Amino acid sequence: MKMERINTFAELQERHQALRHLLGLRLNEAGHKAGFERDILVCGGTGCIASASNDIVANLNAALAANGLAKKVQVLKTGCFGFCEKGPIVLVQPEHVFYTQVKPEDAKAIVEEHIIGGRPVERLLYLEPITQKRIPKSGEMPFYKKQMRIALRNCGLINPERVAEYIAAEGWLALGKVLTEYSREQVVDLMLKSGLRGRGGAGFPTGLKWQAAMKAEGAEKYIVCNADEGDPGAFMDRSIMEGDPCSVLEAMAVAGYCVGAEQGVIYIRAEYPLAIQRLEKAIAQSRELGLLGKNILGSGFNFDVRLQLGAGAFVCGEETALLRSIEGKRGEPTTKPPFPAEKGLWEVPTCVNNVETLANIPPIILKGADWFSSIGTEKSKGTKVFALAGKINNVGLVEVPMGTTLREVIFDIGGGIRGGGEFKAVQTGGPSGGCMTKEHLDTPITYENLQAIGSMMGSGGMIVMDENTCMVDIAKFYLEFTLEESCGKCTPCRIGNKRLHELLCTITEGKAENDAIEKLEVLGEVIKKTSLCGLGQTSPNPVLSTIKFFRDEYEAHIKDHKCPAGVCKNLKQYWVVEDKCIGCTACARNCPAVCISGKVKEIHFIDQSKCIKCGVCMTKCKFGAIEIR
Amino acid sequence: MEAAKETCCQNGLAKEMFEQLEHFIVSVNFDPCSPRRKGDLISILHKAQHIFGYLPKELQIWIAKRLNIQHSEVSGVVSFYNYFTTTPKGKYNVAVCLGTACFVQGADKVLAEFERQLGIKGGEVTEDMKFSIDVVRCIGACGLAPVLTVNEKVYGKVAHTDVAKILEEYKD
Ligand SMILES: Cc1cc2nc3c(=O)[nH]c(=O)nc-3n(C[C@H](O)[C@H](O)[C@H](O)COP(=O)(O)O)c2cc1C
Ligand code: SF4
Ligand code: SF4
Ligand code: SF4
Ligand code: FES
Repeated sequence: MKMERINTFAELQERHQALRHLLGLRLNEAGHKAGFERDILVCGGTGCIASASNDIVANLNAALAANGLAKKVQVLKTGCFGFCEKGPIVLVQPEHVFYTQVKPEDAKAIVEEHIIGGRPVERLLYLEPITQKRIPKSGEMPFYKKQMRIALRNCGLINPERVAEYIAAEGWLALGKVLTEYSREQVVDLMLKSGLRGRGGAGFPTGLKWQAAMKAEGAEKYIVCNADEGDPGAFMDRSIMEGDPCSVLEAMAVAGYCVGAEQGVIYIRAEYPLAIQRLEKAIAQSRELGLLGKNILGSGFNFDVRLQLGAGAFVCGEETALLRSIEGKRGEPTTKPPFPAEKGLWEVPTCVNNVETLANIPPIILKGADWFSSIGTEKSKGTKVFALAGKINNVGLVEVPMGTTLREVIFDIGGGIRGGGEFKAVQTGGPSGGCMTKEHLDTPITYENLQAIGSMMGSGGMIVMDENTCMVDIAKFYLEFTLEESCGKCTPCRIGNKRLHELLCTITEGKAENDAIEKLEVLGEVIKKTSLCGLGQTSPNPVLSTIKFFRDEYEAHIKDHKCPAGVCKNLKQYWVVEDKCIGCTACARNCPAVCISGKVKEIHFIDQSKCIKCGVCMTKCKFGAIEIR
Repeated sequence: MEAAKETCCQNGLAKEMFEQLEHFIVSVNFDPCSPRRKGDLISILHKAQHIFGYLPKELQIWIAKRLNIQHSEVSGVVSFYNYFTTTPKGKYNVAVCLGTACFVQGADKVLAEFERQLGIKGGEVTEDMKFSIDVVRCIGACGLAPVLTVNEKVYGKVAHTDVAKILEEYKD
């Protein structure tokens, strides 16, 4: 379908009105009905595609065609609904029936029982674990009740591969408004008043950053979108780009107008092929409509965006390293000042913003700074998207107003601990952050509160841990990560982290000396104070915060040579419980190290000197006769 | 440039592959005289790795000459970024995610089991070039943790006891 170029803001508003019907069924707007009677939305995010959501789409289409419904019911792929745990998700509109864990073979039932028969397919509705009741609508599910979607507003609503649906959802109107009604200074004022702070980690006020870039002298300037999302276990930015790519482009154009830049670059991880593909489509379609390119909406403003792929280096998420990487160099950070706003990409003023930060901007412009600043707390405005993962029931993407407590996120929305275990800790800020414990559960989530505890807001990864997680092991895991990812430019980070890691290894192996904790603390502080960039300056945080809150666990490793969580391999031994073993030989037959001896119907014995601690015997014993000591 | 192409071909890199890469370099309007020409280096390396499967030294030299930059600059970039590899991958590349979400769900055990059964470590390839193991950090399917991929196929909620079954699928 060829789309005609949009030449003015008025034309854009007309186009918006004319396209609004596309979302009529989904938004339940009377008088806007499209030719279809129903829309079936299937999650097309990375997670659900990995669980065959493409086959679901194909089977739904086939079943509809077989029943002569192809012209009445439309099937489309949207961005992530957030409820990844129960994916793939299928949503039937306008009745808003929400199906979970759909398999390709369920397509027939959905078409025949629901679309034709008018009865939702009961067995595919979400089963509320406590009441054991099926809940048909997402709005009634605990997972969605406390959420508020601003950055994710279009994820799961529109087809991200059609700019027309974005326009129907008020897309590009913010840019139109800014280009026709606002001066550059007024845009800065609006951003300052909204209180929006960067969602990429540091929480720097976006308005101040734009102001600096606006004031910087230079004929050429750049807008860079940081889509490197390096924190492993975090997928907020990916979901936004997959589900609502145009909103990122629109916000970059707004930023371009404000600071006086004509070029935008999105630096995106190569590991996100789907997001790349959706962004490419969005750029092409937006250009076709004249929303990117020369003389946008007849305003005389030119702006275009291109993608630049990352190549798997975490440190490139740091803005100065990122700019070096775009220049085709090794991604090594440089000292600030000069800040990118003064001297950035190719030494010209550059404004670097995170994906989620940008996604918040169009609604702020359309609804006003007062609306945005009324959400959240005094110093942390708006919402924050978190990627909930780890030992939690509802793994997924959640967006909550700032000031929501950890308890609400983990227990009300997240559904509590997986497998009925006990909550032990939650890590935010990824490898730069720290952990929080039970005593912090009622802390409202704000930039300041998390920092005071020794963690940080970070980009939004939230990893929940239960009593089976060893905190020393987790600290070691994060440190291994930063160690691998350190660029090596400065000594405290390159060598210091190596020493920290070695110390942690001696602890998990039961070989540490008694003053190991003090050594960790001293060294950690030195690394924090003397490293060049944010990576080194924050790398000891996971160690220091686990020491702060789980010192006894460190001591158990060091003094008693015990890992209370039973994780550290070198500190655990598998033993046969004599009065439970019936001598079935299952363990001995499966032991890869062939170190279990015993005759049929006799008690078996594990040779500790040969055991490689693989745990196979324990999984094979049907009588619970193998335990870890 | 022609000479470089010749030597590479002698080393077993196919001519058509170079032509494909050349085609890409032309398509991005690469300008060998621009002071900002290095800005295209990383996307060209991505393309090259996509075409050749890996970035051996002779290919890096060819790229350096073609882009009018030092070989050391190319190799410096290749060695810096994890995504770029100078060794070929196996026919089936097992990429185990060790992102945090996967790690806390026991992905390290899954990795150890692959390493044990294949007799190679992460980053290595079996002698018959059939399997290689890669460690990756978050492929964004954390809801399915622990996650791994074999070439393009994604496996979710994998336990270390599933490893033999997965390898069985690629027995050929
Ligand atoms: C080691 C390190 C990694 C970072 N990784 C990211 C990242 O993956 N994504 C991101 O948006 N910001 C990341 N940042 C923060 C950026 O340097 C920068 O502050 C941010 O992109 C600014 O955008 P914002 O103001 O919109 O948050 C990282 C910082 C450090 C020190
Ligand atoms: S702190 Fe680490 S990552 Fe940052 S510049 Fe120094 S060595 Fe590189
Ligand atoms: S599998 Fe269990 S019951 Fe059977 S021999 Fe081993 S320890 Fe004893
Ligand atoms: S843990 Fe593994 S190596 Fe040790 S006894 Fe059990 S099966 Fe054998
Ligand atoms: S941590 Fe493994 S897919 Fe995200």
